[in-house]
Amino acid sequence: MKALRNFIDKIKPQFEKGGKFAKLQSTFEAFETFLYVPNRVTSLGSHIRDANDTKRTMIIVVLAMVPAMLFGMWNIGYQNNLSIGIADINLWPNFWDGFLVLFPLIVVAYVAGLGTEFVFAQIRGHEVAEGFLVSGILIPLIMPPDVPLWMVAVSTIFAVIFGKEVFGGTGMNILNPALTARAFLFFAYPKHMSGDKVWIAEQGDAVSGATPLGDALSSTTIPGSSLTLPDTMDMFYGFMPGSIGETSTLAILIGALVLIGSGMASWRIMLSVFAGGLAMGYIFNLAGNTAYMQISPWDHMVMGGFAFGAVFMATDPVTASQTMKGKYIYGFLIGFFAIMVRVFNPAYPEGMMLAILLMNVFAPLIDHYVIQANVKRRKKRWAVVESAA
Amino acid sequence: MSNIFKIRKGLDIKLLGEAEKTIKEIPTKVCAIKPPDFHGVFPKLLVQEGDEVKAGTPLFFNKYRDNIIFTSPVSGKVREIRRGAKRVVLEVSVEAAPEQEFVDFGIADPNSLDRAAVVEKMLKSGVWPILRQRPYSIIANPDDDPKAIMISAFDSAPLAPGFAFIAKEEEKALQAGIDALKKLTSGKVHMNISEKQSTSVFSKVTGVELNTFSGPHPAGNVSTQINRISPLNKGETVWYLRPQDVLSIGRLFLGGKLDPSRIIALTGSEVGKPQYYKTVLGAAIDEMINGNIKDGKNRYISGNVLTGTKIEKTGFVGFYDSQVSVIPEGDHYEFLGWGMPGLKKFSFYYTFFSWMTPRKKYRLDTNYNGGERAFILTGKFEQVFPLDIYPMQLVKSIMIEDIDAMENLGIYEVDEEDFALCEFISTSKINLQKTVRDGIDLMIKEMN
Repeated sequence: MKALRNFIDKIKPQFEKGGKFAKLQSTFEAFETFLYVPNRVTSLGSHIRDANDTKRTMIIVVLAMVPAMLFGMWNIGYQNNLSIGIADINLWPNFWDGFLVLFPLIVVAYVAGLGTEFVFAQIRGHEVAEGFLVSGILIPLIMPPDVPLWMVAVSTIFAVIFGKEVFGGTGMNILNPALTARAFLFFAYPKHMSGDKVWIAEQGDAVSGATPLGDALSSTTIPGSSLTLPDTMDMFYGFMPGSIGETSTLAILIGALVLIGSGMASWRIMLSVFAGGLAMGYIFNLAGNTAYMQISPWDHMVMGGFAFGAVFMATDPVTASQTMKGKYIYGFLIGFFAIMVRVFNPAYPEGMMLAILLMNVFAPLIDHYVIQANVKRRKKRWAVVESAA
Repeated sequence: MSNIFKIRKGLDIKLLGEAEKTIKEIPTKVCAIKPPDFHGVFPKLLVQEGDEVKAGTPLFFNKYRDNIIFTSPVSGKVREIRRGAKRVVLEVSVEAAPEQEFVDFGIADPNSLDRAAVVEKMLKSGVWPILRQRPYSIIANPDDDPKAIMISAFDSAPLAPGFAFIAKEEEKALQAGIDALKKLTSGKVHMNISEKQSTSVFSKVTGVELNTFSGPHPAGNVSTQINRISPLNKGETVWYLRPQDVLSIGRLFLGGKLDPSRIIALTGSEVGKPQYYKTVLGAAIDEMINGNIKDGKNRYISGNVLTGTKIEKTGFVGFYDSQVSVIPEGDHYEFLGWGMPGLKKFSFYYTFFSWMTPRKKYRLDTNYNGGERAFILTGKFEQVFPLDIYPMQLVKSIMIEDIDAMENLGIYEVDEEDFALCEFISTSKINLQKTVRDGIDLMIKEMN
């Protein structure tokens, strides 16, 4: 290890101001700080600092996504087999099939996204932020297994530039970058993002590849069709077609435990998203005009990307509400709107993406009113003092 | 009867090197008054290098408020006037003579004096600057009538000295000091103690409102206490001081002279035998640290590790500090540090496995443990910030210098030390205390 450190120290001056490769300083720094926590010491304020930094924060979030990712890999293989009529639950062959699909997606997302980030960091002359470590794994997990690699690359670059960098980079963005990528593809290439052909990587013709959400929606749009959902527990475990990481609510909940336990994501948001979704589900039950409106609210929780969005997307601290009370309101409305869009809008089988993006935009407004309440309380106190004087 | 306040939000950082409860008396050779300890003070010198001074002789005064003077803690010769950039005075040090001489300010019973006489005695002797005020955390203005005077009788910061231990046999001076303070306000004098001090010397004094606090740091910060007892409003002032300062005031009235003695706790993981030292205000630390510090590159801090000031080995204890901390410097690289299990790393978050050993005490160094980033996590500062204020939003309003927003979000109620824990836990490694200080300075400029 000493030799590596010596080597870095030796080449470092060439990347500093005036050096031969000064233009690559941000890039060099990104690799150096990846290998070594820097030796910078405090000079202002608190002399000691928490061991946790942005890198560790992001790594924990990535770790939390691993269960969903692993299950997603297995499920890709399982659904492939199912589509040609074989119910093969063998672990490794299915897993290997899925790996061959998902791994290239992850590599492409990281290369495209980090490449863009490095270029921007270099132009702006600041350090490369770690935010994309999370986005780079989120993006493949919310794609259909059948998505072409070039689309992932294009949408990732679009999301990093227009979802994040134009606002000033990680920490400044208004919209969740991963969802921006998904939304971009959804509106630019709708055929590749929905319908019943894209959810299975190598589809045979034995069964339809429609997701439960697709089925549910067609029951309301196609006259005479009936609604039969898979078993709730099957959907909870994730044995159904869907975007790669979203199918297993169980795997997602394991991730949620990691996030909440480590304090890296807000349980308030997660809880209130589910509360909002259940509330809307019950309201539909009461109204009950169509078969879709009558399904159990709990089925909504395990269908589609609801759980994945609640745990990994809505909780993105940068784009969510920042105040405690705001988080409850923000989360509740996400759940509420997600189910509403799902059931009412025939063009969008899944409402989670749109609900989160919508609330991302409204989060600053929610915070504004929460903070104004605090300001008003303070001013009221001042007024009492002034009138007494 | 005492009022009880429970603080729930906060964080106790457990460090190695707590001071043992023994007091060692050390001779004072040199001590210094450091103008940068006083915010908003522009020093005008009254002495030159080589001048003979007594304990209580004025060294300099505040150009903007010339009745605030700063006096020499000891008698002897002015050794050095150290200046920094633009000839700013950084330090006026005095070499103590073997025989101490004192300026006579006259013995008096504060109960029989009126407010003006008490104020004059305190101003003249140079005791006055120990009284500070919220808002702005600057030296109190003698012309104000504060809404209350707060004595925060416990310090909850890491490795903080035990004030009850320091003042345990000083009942008389303490009471005299409080009698003098009572003359200064038409409101109440509050004695704020921790629940562990319920039978200490502080709970026996008369003429104060006794408030008991429990909970983690920053329960001992005066902002926290003011916020709970009676929040500060625009246009109001609250004065505050620490117990050793009350003793100084008391001794001034009882003895008629400036008694500079102070008990200082030497703490931190790099101290061989952490304990208390009896010395004087602004003492040089070399007598304490001599032969008592572990090898290696260390940082010397006047005050605690969260809010203290970095000083040299040859430096002096700050005017408001009762503690010196010594911790290792952290100028080393760590290979793949962000990926390690981190059993020896202390974190507010549960991202390192050190959460499994909650009682462990740590040896923390001065490394930033990461690079500076934009704000990312939210809702975390609030968990260590017990005031009814949105810390991140206030800091952001300071960053964009929005005076109205700063006022509305509560800048009058805070001091930089209140943001020390937020700064500590910030995963983005942003220097918040400096930002808040800049904001307060901006408010002072706007308001005057």
